[in-house]
Amino acid sequence: MAQSQGAVAVDIDDVTKLYGNFTALSAVSLAIHDNEFFTLLGPSGCGKTTLLRCIAGFEDISQGAIRLYGDNIADLPPNHRPVNTVFQQYALFPHMDVTRNVMFGLLRLGRSEAEARARAGEVLELVRLSEFANRMPAQLSGGQQQRVALARALAPNPKVLLLDEPLSALDLKLRQAVRLELQQLQHETGITFIFVTHDQEEALTMSDRIAVISDGKVQQVGSARDIYEEPDNKFVADFIGETNLIDVSVAEIAGDKALCTLPGGTRFTCPAARGAHSGQGHLSVRPERVSLADPAGALLTGTVTRLIYLGTDMHVDMRLSDGESITARVQNSSQTTIPAMGDTVGLDFEEGAARLLVD
Amino acid sequence: MAGGIGSGPGKSARTYAGFGVPLILPAWLVIGIFLVVPIGIMLVYSFLTKEFRGGVIWEFSLAAYDQFFFDRGLFGDDPPEIEWTYILIFWRSIWQAGLATLLSLLIGFPTAWFIATRPAATRTIWLFLITVPYWVNLLIRTISMKFLIRDNGPLNTWLLDAGIISDPIHVVNTWVAVQLGLFYSYLPFMVLPIYAAVERYNFALSEAAADLYASRFVTLTQVIIPVVKPGIIAGCILVFVPSLGSFLAPDLLGGAKNFMIGSLIDEQFKGAAGNWPFGAAAAMILLSMVLLVLIFYARSQAKGEAR
Ligand SMILES: Nc1ncnc2c1ncn2[C@@H]1O[C@H](COP(=O)(O)OP(=O)(O)O)[C@@H](O)[C@H]1O
Ligand SMILES: [Mg+2]
Repeated sequence: MAQSQGAVAVDIDDVTKLYGNFTALSAVSLAIHDNEFFTLLGPSGCGKTTLLRCIAGFEDISQGAIRLYGDNIADLPPNHRPVNTVFQQYALFPHMDVTRNVMFGLLRLGRSEAEARARAGEVLELVRLSEFANRMPAQLSGGQQQRVALARALAPNPKVLLLDEPLSALDLKLRQAVRLELQQLQHETGITFIFVTHDQEEALTMSDRIAVISDGKVQQVGSARDIYEEPDNKFVADFIGETNLIDVSVAEIAGDKALCTLPGGTRFTCPAARGAHSGQGHLSVRPERVSLADPAGALLTGTVTRLIYLGTDMHVDMRLSDGESITARVQNSSQTTIPAMGDTVGLDFEEGAARLLVD
Repeated sequence: MAGGIGSGPGKSARTYAGFGVPLILPAWLVIGIFLVVPIGIMLVYSFLTKEFRGGVIWEFSLAAYDQFFFDRGLFGDDPPEIEWTYILIFWRSIWQAGLATLLSLLIGFPTAWFIATRPAATRTIWLFLITVPYWVNLLIRTISMKFLIRDNGPLNTWLLDAGIISDPIHVVNTWVAVQLGLFYSYLPFMVLPIYAAVERYNFALSEAAADLYASRFVTLTQVIIPVVKPGIIAGCILVFVPSLGSFLAPDLLGGAKNFMIGSLIDEQFKGAAGNWPFGAAAAMILLSMVLLVLIFYARSQAKGEAR
């Protein structure tokens, strides 16, 4: 795993990208470390591809700097940037066989035909495609094409590899297998990966660190655990996993704690995200951290509106006294009593399970 | 009962076969009547004896081919000698057509590229503009070209007025005029197929090439051109083949010294001086050359697919 104190591989410094008067990226700053599996995660249209294209050099940035190991590369054309890209639709050269595709970058870097061929063989071995070395791209399955694209981008041994939703065109089974392979490949090669996805599960399982992006802005950067357990704002809490957002009024913020009043009047102290303020706010509580209890003495009371059976778990949807809904995810075990529709139940959660968000 | 309604695949297969023949028949008839029969007639006529007032005498003869290739005659008393006149006309046709093809490619490719990279709405307008002149009769366009380039035409007048030249350039009745005529006549046949290929071109391939350290030149020569090659080859054939047999441009712009095959054939079927078997033989020789080009193309295509 990459250490946060590692050298900065890609320093994205206050980058803004405008298309006409549309702001695709707004003052994005990110420090991506050497040998890190870094993921850009966000909904479709949030600017992930744009950021990747700015790093690769296909788009000029409107403002800011992009540094690669300290050198500003923002003004270099793509063919002078020592980064390689795995394109979303692979963009394999249709008139060249697999080996020729993989050799392409090496030949441009001035390697001899023999050297390039040997290196292509090596990389194809790495992605387990040796037996397809002489096939044309059109004769390969989607998964195989994806691995050719990967091999082609890895062959020149770039300092940074950019991957734009490389798994999105694969079916589910294959996607899960390739996830592991990619992660392993990153460890073996030691190349910094910048991986783009809109799939939170993909991001959580593969990445050393994740930048959550929305509307061209970085919402939060951190490990999968940081982002899931300690979301900074409503967008992140809502986008990553499922969460309950509970309306509260905040009396006071003291350090990293907030003193709030829950619907129904109970006073409650919980951690607060940096930048949270007093007044009206939202608490995020993950459904699996909400437990059902006796209504007397519980933090909240609600009426059961829906029960969803999920095998190992049960989703219990409830309506609170203020009309908002809340979901608890309870385990199906002999210890838990599952309420019935219309029951009034109490809801509890620990202080550490809740977090006051920045709106 | 066996053979009842819907009894097995045998019946339906027969039904489809039964419908197949009558449906394909019109296509075969058209190909037969308009393609095979005329070529057959031409082939037969090329082996007949000429009638002096035009037409043929139904007597087998190799005279037409003999006249085309040999001086003094293959069957005379003296040893035969190659007759260069017609071979030279053919050679001139080949290089004129080849040069016109090359010129159309050099101008047509960037044009097609330009049009294909415009926004979808403006593309249609550009394509329309390219085809507009071709709604005018080819004869009229060729004569207009003559007016443009003649000694006291607009081109020379303009160059003289601008002080670029001091005497008019004589273009009419030179091979250059023929070349201009051919180039102008068939340029759209180069632009349109290349346009179709470039329009389908996936521009991510150019980005991938740049990402893999290719310069613009390398991207053009090693990625773009190979990928749009089918369009380029189609364009080249569509320009080369009609240029080869063209007779309007060489007749009207080139004069007697720039005779091409088309004019040669044209003359054989005009008036009493004509020679139908000889015209048919020249046409057959032209046809064989065109076929050679097409076979070459088909084979290169097949090789491309097999890879
Ligand atoms: N060339 C362009 N011109 C104008 N707008 C663009 C262009 N490319 C992308 N955009 C806009 O920028 C936003 C971000 O796009 P993109 O980076 O592709 O999103 P994603 O996160 O899905 O990869 C989108 O709203 C998109 O419409
Ligand atoms: Mg994208």
